[in-house]
Amino acid sequence: MEIATSSGIANLFRTLWSYRGYISSSVQREFQSRYRNSLLGAAWNVLNPLTMIVIYTVIFSQLMRARLPGIDHAFAYSIYLCAGLITWGMFSEILTRSQTVFLDNANLIKKLNFPRLCLPLIVVLNAWVNFLIIFSLFLLFLIFVNQFPGWYIIAVLPVLLIQTALAIGLGTAIGVLNVFFRDVGHLFGIVLQFWFWFTPIIYPLSALPEWARAMVQYNPMTPVVAAYQTIFINGTWPHWLPLWPAMACSVIACVLGLMLFRNHAGEMVDEL
Amino acid sequence: MGTIRVHNLGKAYRQYSNRWARLAEWLSPTKKIRHVQRWVLHDINFEVNAGESIGIVGINGAGKSTLLKIITGTTQPTTGSLEIKGTVAALLELGMGFHPDFTGRQNVFMAGQLIGLTHNEIITLLPEIQAFAGIGDYFDQPLRIYSSGMQMRLAFSLATARRPDILIVDEALSVGDSFFKHKSFARIREFREQGTTLLIVSHDRNAIQTICDRAILLHGGSIVRQGPPEEVMDFYNALMAETELQTVRQITQRDGSVQTISGTGEAVIDSIDLLNSANAPVETVEVGAEVTFRVRVGIRQSVPRLALGYMIKDHLGQPIYGINTHRLGQALENLAAGEHIVYHIRFPVNLGKGTYSIALSLSCFDSHLDKNYEWRDRCLLFHVVNVRREDFVGCAWLNAKIDIERPGINSTLLDHSAK
Repeated sequence: MEIATSSGIANLFRTLWSYRGYISSSVQREFQSRYRNSLLGAAWNVLNPLTMIVIYTVIFSQLMRARLPGIDHAFAYSIYLCAGLITWGMFSEILTRSQTVFLDNANLIKKLNFPRLCLPLIVVLNAWVNFLIIFSLFLLFLIFVNQFPGWYIIAVLPVLLIQTALAIGLGTAIGVLNVFFRDVGHLFGIVLQFWFWFTPIIYPLSALPEWARAMVQYNPMTPVVAAYQTIFINGTWPHWLPLWPAMACSVIACVLGLMLFRNHAGEMVDEL
Repeated sequence: MGTIRVHNLGKAYRQYSNRWARLAEWLSPTKKIRHVQRWVLHDINFEVNAGESIGIVGINGAGKSTLLKIITGTTQPTTGSLEIKGTVAALLELGMGFHPDFTGRQNVFMAGQLIGLTHNEIITLLPEIQAFAGIGDYFDQPLRIYSSGMQMRLAFSLATARRPDILIVDEALSVGDSFFKHKSFARIREFREQGTTLLIVSHDRNAIQTICDRAILLHGGSIVRQGPPEEVMDFYNALMAETELQTVRQITQRDGSVQTISGTGEAVIDSIDLLNSANAPVETVEVGAEVTFRVRVGIRQSVPRLALGYMIKDHLGQPIYGINTHRLGQALENLAAGEHIVYHIRFPVNLGKGTYSIALSLSCFDSHLDKNYEWRDRCLLFHVVNVRREDFVGCAWLNAKIDIERPGINSTLLDHSAK
């Protein structure tokens, strides 16, 4: 068999690169098509996330008067919430979209010969575009309330990469499995909810009892989210050390996803 | 460039007895196989040289689509190998990757990139794509307001924008109106002349015989015959009527051509002759002559009903005229074993010059698919020559009479000059 899909990772990336035009216009198209027939158009891209920021800020920090232990700033808790929620939003968007990405594009996969890994890549890029919109709003908000972390903001990038890698790897693996066993998709929907609540996003880690805190530490998303929170609340570099195991998890997830994909891509076409 | 080599290719789909069986197989540490393989293609061997045109025929479920999917690289074969040199374009599913909310132009970019064109290539090809599709101002309108024919035209225009080394065409190439159909076939022919290797799947005898150099007949997932299109199509035709392959046989005649004979054999054709107006056997006849086919039929076993059909085919094997005694209301009934029947089929040779063949069928009713006693292709060859008539082109002699009016000039003068 000498068909493009079967020789080496380098080759894989080369084919993906040659389809960059398709990938970028797919992302563009998805972005445009979402609000194509609406009057306000792209404004909805901004309005939805803006609502989220406003709600969390107003409800938690103004109405409920929730305060972060140890930090005395009116918006500290809303910043804490946004730092976790916005990044988790991107993470969960990649995961939920990529678990059905092969099923949704069954028609294309069955009928055209193109690098199928384009599809999860498009999902990731789309999630990034959405993330970028809401994230810039968040940054504007930070500037507005005079809490912008300054240069420390660049620390977001490596953390973001770790988080995205974990999402791509897991997402692709689940996407492949979901073609053969639909239960995986349903199951993962439940898992994702638990995962959210087992990550200190809404609550601070210190609010947990001792035994639970130890458990939550094993969650690779805990150091990732904690890193964002440190950057935006404290305005300092995050703790790098706890991020290493998270990065290891991401690499393992990517290898797992790629392996599953390569071993079952052919069978997947027959199954769809 | 443009060659295909298929070696011992096979394709099987996995069938699991239930959903858990697959999981058990995946997780089993001993790699115990828990599926059965359902083979849809096996032992496929063929080669296509650069510039050749190959027709792939076969009944539904014979494995044609699967074979094409493997060649286009959509599906992978289970066994064997496939070697392709050159770029492949497939006209299997037109309009893949189109989005209804975007304009024709935007969709051309999108779907074009999906089939491997780069942005710059599309920009270069765009005027040609737009012109060939011929959809006018609709090109900049969203696709959802297109008629289905317009979408097909755009899709075809895009899929064939760049001449590929190998073009794969599915029979469902009824693209748009008849004008566009001609246009699209013309483009396929043009590609072929420029050296594109062609792979066509069709049930249409005409298409296969006019375009292809060779045909491959797939049946039950394997190649049962490959060779000259006419021979393969005759075999295919016979095969369709048979549940058992054995009764179809092909005989190579003295002149090297192949005669296909099939049928259950209750009634058989004993002889066929072509007679001129003086009742003498001939092989060559003049355009417009009155001739007779004399067909002798023997009844081997009693049959309730018998219809004789005949068909005149041109040198490409395309039917020129065919009819049977069922349609003429002359079918015979209650025939006993041992009877001999002689048919005289009289007609004027209103045909163009060339070589023609006769196919005969003996069946119970109209179609040989129903009850086929005997079907015999290429029973007889005859030549039509044009010695006495004015020279004309085409396969039908319509004996033109032309009246000409030219106002202002004396018509008798014109008559004179026309001669």
